[in-house]
Formats: sequence, structure tokens, C-alpha cells
Amino acid sequence: MPHIDQQFEGELQHLKQEILRAGSLVEGMIARTIQALVEREAAVARDVIAQDPSVDQLQVEIDTFCLQLLALRQPTASDLRFITIGMRITTDLERIGDLAVNICEQVIHLQRDPLLKPSAVLPKMAMAAQEMLKRALDAFVHRDVSRAQGVCTTDDIVDRFCTEHYAEQVSGMQADPGTIEAGMRYILVALHCERVADHATNIAEEVIFMLQGKDIRHGRV
Amino acid sequence: MDDHGQKLSTQHLQAWFGAHLALKEVSIDIPGNRVTAIIGPSGCGKSTLIRCMNRMHETIPSARAAGAVLLDGRSIYQQDPVQLRRQVGMIFQKPNPFPTMSIIDNVTAGLRLNGLRDRRRLEEIAAQCLQKAALWEEVKDKLRYPGAGLSGGQQQRLCIARALAVNPEVLLMDEPCSALDPISTSKIEELIHELRAHYTIVLVTHNMQQAARASDQTAFMYMGRLVECGETRQVFTTPKAQQTEDYITGRFG
Repeated sequence: MPHIDQQFEGELQHLKQEILRAGSLVEGMIARTIQALVEREAAVARDVIAQDPSVDQLQVEIDTFCLQLLALRQPTASDLRFITIGMRITTDLERIGDLAVNICEQVIHLQRDPLLKPSAVLPKMAMAAQEMLKRALDAFVHRDVSRAQGVCTTDDIVDRFCTEHYAEQVSGMQADPGTIEAGMRYILVALHCERVADHATNIAEEVIFMLQGKDIRHGRV
Repeated sequence: MDDHGQKLSTQHLQAWFGAHLALKEVSIDIPGNRVTAIIGPSGCGKSTLIRCMNRMHETIPSARAAGAVLLDGRSIYQQDPVQLRRQVGMIFQKPNPFPTMSIIDNVTAGLRLNGLRDRRRLEEIAAQCLQKAALWEEVKDKLRYPGAGLSGGQQQRLCIARALAVNPEVLLMDEPCSALDPISTSKIEELIHELRAHYTIVLVTHNMQQAARASDQTAFMYMGRLVECGETRQVFTTPKAQQTEDYITGRFG
């Protein structure tokens, strides 16, 4: 049921559109980051880095808009939850954008290093994190609790990939100390991917809070 | 009662105006020493509900009620209505001081009606009640001035002092701030907060932010029925009923 106050209804729709715009921008950055990583494309990595200020700007705009809505509309219940999680989701998206930049910076360095034996785990891990982000944003758009719950359970898979990747890199560095610098960079990339998955999990948890009013963060039921 | 046990409750309460059924099987518990806000759109039965709580409803010709209203577990219908209204006082939407009486006479009107004549005692009680109503500092030098000469917010606090003078246990407030400016409203809300330590308060309000700010529990009524009653922080963040959600978020009303 829409609000009687059409202006407020319009403002909430606008907020949703802006969050989706930020989500789509960041999802695109992550997709291009994986492309840059897998294909060792420094130019693509630079493109991603150049997109980051747009995400930062959107975060500030969405935050300001949410504060205005809180002050001027004094929302309650589902509206209050939507506006407050809007601020939190945007913060998570901005951090994911920063992580994409961090990964791309490593990609630029790695391009200069001699080619290592391709990691079996890292692309899978990066794509799993990307899929989590996509599903978390889908859960937001479609107001789908079960999809959001699915994201939360996938986080463990990414964590396992991260551990596996770490072991793979350490063993490679032990075998050939000349690969230590590149190996360390790949470990950093994996850690950044793991953080992307954590932020995607946050978004999924926020969607559950928005829809059900249940705070499931930190294992709370 | 200070343990938040039930001070007042209604059970399957129904109220009519002629043939019109205004309250439909309303069962609600009002805990002691807490503020219960009753919200809902116009005509939902909020005022009728609280007017049943001190038998004011039955003073209207053609009005009647059925079901139970219990004060401390005892049916109010077995009590003398005049005595009951001393225990369960009422503050109305529009401040209604007795226009021809001075400030002090307004406060002590009920006591004098009950036969108290000791002037010193009356002055003592008036001072205490004006202090409790957070009005003393503003009127202590003009107690003999007419009550009608005060501002709207001061008049409403005067009416609260008048209600307190007969030593009630429950205060029913029917939109007590709807005719007041924001500063006077804040003073009344602060007063409600203070009074809660000694009295049980039921607050009918159209202002949902006031219900959110001033109450411990909130009841939502719609078309004569009690839809939901819960802790105010829960009702305003995660209401259980869809109708409550739709009303407090401005989707109907």
C-alpha cells in the first residue's frame, strides 16, 4: 500500500533508485576488477580506479538524503528500517568500491611482475564474492528474505577459498623465493576479495533487518 | 502499585452510542506507573475507551457499555462513579479551568467540593499540586489571579494540578496537547514523564511522535477494535500487525 503522502512516497522511491544506482555501479566495478585480475589488464584496472570517486559521491548524496528524510519525515516501522539500512548499505557499497580499487592497484603491480603459475583458487573466490554481492542486491530489489539468507551462508565458502589460496601461495613462495613479492600481492588480493564477501554478507543481513525487523548480525537470531 | 502490574484493564469491553457499536470487544491491560498511549484514526474509539475507564461514557444520553473494566482487579461498575472519578482523573483536549475562579481556587475546587475548609491545608495542597504539575514557579506570585488569564499551556498544567489535588491513581489524558504550541507540548510531555513515577497514565493522542516520545506502551485501535498493544519501541520499529504498520507509516488514516 503506497503512502497517502505522495511526496514522501516519491522520496522513498528516489532513495531506492539511488541505492540501486550505487549497487549497480559497484557491481560493475567488481566485475571489471575480476576481468582485470584474470586477464592481467592494467588498463581495465585503471578504469575501475577512475570510477571510485563516483561511488564516493553517491554515498555522500545518499547519506545526506537519508538524514533529511529522518529529520523531516520522522519515519517509523518499515520506513524507518528502510532509510537506516539505506545508509548502511551505501556504506558497505562504498567500502566494496574501495576494495575493488585496492585489488586493481595490486593488479597493476602484478602486471609488471613475472607471470606466476595461475592460481586455481583466486578466480573462483573472486567470482563467488561477486555472486554474493549480486545476490545481496537482488534480495534488496526483490525484497527476498530467502535470497538474503542464502548470501549469509555462502560467506563460509569464500572464507575457505581464502585459506586454501593462502596455503597455495605460501607453498609457491617456499618453493621459489623469487615469487615472494607477487605471492604476497596475490594474498592481499584474496584478502580484499574476502572483505568484499563480508560486505555482501552485511548487505544481506541489512536486507533481512529491513524486511523482518530481525537483527541477525554477529550470529544473533 | 509500582511494580508495573496491571492497574487497570478492560475485558471484552463494548460501548454503544444508541445503536452504533463504538467499541468492539476491547481487552487491554494498563500497567501501573507507566504511560500507555492509545493511537488510531479519528472515530476508532480511543476517546470512548478512556471515557469508559472512569464511567464518563455512561453520562452521555443513549450511551451504554458492556463487558468488564477493572481497577486493581475490582469492577468499576461496583463503585460509586463520583468516588471512581477521583481515583481515575481526566484531562481533556481543551484546557478547561473554571473561568471565574482564581488559580488557587481552580486547583482546590475538588477538595472544597469534598468539604475541606482548612485554608492553610488547601494552600499547602495547592502548592504541592502546582509543583507536581510544573507550574508553581510561573504562578506562585499570582495565585489569586484568574486561571483563565494563563496561557493555553499553563492552563493545561493548571488542569493537571486540579486533577492531582484529589489524589488520583490513574490519569486519563484525552489529546492534552492538541491545542498547545510545541514548547508547551514539551513541558506537558516532560510532566507526563515525571508523573509516571506516582501515577498510571493513559494518553490518547493523534500525534504519533508524541506517543513514541512519551509512552512506554502503545495501543493501536481501528474501527472500534484493539489491533495491537505492545512496548512503544517495538510498535514503532517492528509492529506485529500490518494495519498498525500501514497506519503509523502514513499509508491510511
